[in-house]
Amino acid sequence: MLAHAIIFYFFAFVTITSSIMVISTKNTVHAVFLLILDFVSVSCLFIMLGAEFLGMITLIVYVGAVAVLFLFVVMMINIDFAELKSGSLDYMPFGLLVGLVILVELGMMAVSWKYKPDFVVKNPMTTTTASNTESIGLLIYTDYFFFFQLAGFILLVAMIGAIVLTFRRKNSLRRQDITKQVSREREDAVELIKVISSKGVKIND
Amino acid sequence: MNNLNLIYPELFIGISLMVLLIIGVFKKNSFNLITKFTAFSLLIAIPMVYINDNVSVKLFSNNYIIDELSSFLKILILGSSAFALFFTNQYIKDNKIDQFEYPILIMSAILGMFVMISSNNLIGLYLGIELQSLSLYVLASLNRDSVKSTEAGVKYFVLGALSSGLLLYGCSLIYGFTGSTNYYIIAENFDSQNLGLIFGLVFILIGLAFKISAVPFHMWTPDVYEGAPTSVTAFFALAPKVAGFGAIIRILYVAFDNVFVEWQIILIFMSVASMILGAVAAIGQTNIKRLMAYSSISHMGYGLAGLATGINEGVSASILYIFLYVVMKIGSFACILIMKRKNIYVENIRDLSGLSKNHPVIALSFTVFLFSLAGIPPLAGFFAKFYIFMAVIKADLIALAVIGLVTTVISAFYYLRIIKIIYFDPEQEKFDSITSNGIKVSLTFSTLLILFYFLNPSILNYFVNIASKAVQ
Repeated sequence: MLAHAIIFYFFAFVTITSSIMVISTKNTVHAVFLLILDFVSVSCLFIMLGAEFLGMITLIVYVGAVAVLFLFVVMMINIDFAELKSGSLDYMPFGLLVGLVILVELGMMAVSWKYKPDFVVKNPMTTTTASNTESIGLLIYTDYFFFFQLAGFILLVAMIGAIVLTFRRKNSLRRQDITKQVSREREDAVELIKVISSKGVKIND
Repeated sequence: MNNLNLIYPELFIGISLMVLLIIGVFKKNSFNLITKFTAFSLLIAIPMVYINDNVSVKLFSNNYIIDELSSFLKILILGSSAFALFFTNQYIKDNKIDQFEYPILIMSAILGMFVMISSNNLIGLYLGIELQSLSLYVLASLNRDSVKSTEAGVKYFVLGALSSGLLLYGCSLIYGFTGSTNYYIIAENFDSQNLGLIFGLVFILIGLAFKISAVPFHMWTPDVYEGAPTSVTAFFALAPKVAGFGAIIRILYVAFDNVFVEWQIILIFMSVASMILGAVAAIGQTNIKRLMAYSSISHMGYGLAGLATGINEGVSASILYIFLYVVMKIGSFACILIMKRKNIYVENIRDLSGLSKNHPVIALSFTVFLFSLAGIPPLAGFFAKFYIFMAVIKADLIALAVIGLVTTVISAFYYLRIIKIIYFDPEQEKFDSITSNGIKVSLTFSTLLILFYFLNPSILNYFVNIASKAVQ
């Protein structure tokens, strides 16, 4: 039990420090790496709570896809974030106000917090001894089947949207057409002309 | 599997969306074809929804509801979207945004709206809202070579993502405190003493108020309405509002029914603020699309006033209001789309001067719409407001009714100003003659409905009453 507590506090500490450092560090590449560290430790916390599916998904989706993509963007486009941040002090009072409101709200919530006693056992599907992944699968493909399909539609729309907004068909672009290249005959390209002396050749183009 | 026939409309729209997408990818310049097919599928879906009109069934273990309310609103969405496709066709071609994805995105937005209306689960509500909004973000920035259009898209996207975040935060609070995302179980476990639940309720209302652009979450509306292509603006003003109203009615009257006093005050505030801001801010506008944005904000205020009553009359008055609002907006946007000189669309209110001499029939029908929007008897807009105020007074919210009446008078000013410009200002160059049949049909339909609604209001009221009973 002690080991469990030590590991939990270790990961919790890493999560909080790395997330603070994400927003305090000057170097953007460092910030992204710290964000990845943050995600990894969050996923460790999930696994410790017994939500291994959620932990793995966090690892795959956030670290594997989102953060790496983010890293590429940060490394490729050379934005001077220090300059972008320079004007942000002007918004400090307003930001502090919003932060204060949210802090008070969180405090009020924490005071009144109590879990529903029958929180987890509400659904008969989850009371079985099945593993996390199995019970999520059981729910997704039965009760939430319709919504699961709908999530697929959202991804489709995201794809259509990305193509509509970025894809430009260039007419000036010359594409390689292998069939055309291979089927080209000698007669199409080469023309033999008898050159008459001192008259030259008229090239018809 | 037995009840699969109840979600045929959703399945049909989903499948035709994918089929049309494939056709569009392989066939070049297929905008015309895809638009026709889309409008056709929307019209086919109307009887499919109507067949289920008299049932009240819960599907997917109480997570999805088909009842009279959902059927009524779905038919309204399908009809108004079909009209929007018809009368914006010419505009889209003139402005060279005739990509085949346009009707497909409209279709996917409609699918999202269907789920918003029918969902009895927070997850479904969120997915529906996302599907709808994601399509609308893309539609708003469809004219990507125009700075205004891209700005509108980005603005809408950023603010929409923020509001979705707030909505999700509220959903997670509700889930954490009640132990379920299903509306029925939420209603069972909702303890009004619990502060966390009230916070969750407020956050969800914020998210939904953003979607129907009720004050104080309206800031995006004028900019997006002005920046987006007019055809997209017309669509924005019609179907998404219906869907937003459907979602609000269902979540408030099903999930949060037993904490009526908690949300009534929020709704009254939003309603009053929307009515006042919509009326006052519209006075100084010179762009007709911005004016329409403020006009829809104020109309949303009246709609919310009906919902704030908490009685059956209020709900049915709101549903009737949203129906007539949609009809009036179809007509007004059809009129805005004829404002074209030498193939260039103009958007200034001043450009309307002399319309009465150049196009007397259109000037007359535009006048009918404006009078109706202002709520002048015997047009339909008057009855819409009349039923709302009746319900509000019946629920003893006298102050709300008085503010509503005062703002009606204020907003009448800017509607009448347009009529003055149309009839009494010096004549200008003629607008191009109307070639699009869609505009003619939409104008005729909505003018007739608004003019002659008063002859037999009970036909429409009958359906509206059945729809509103579904949530009581």
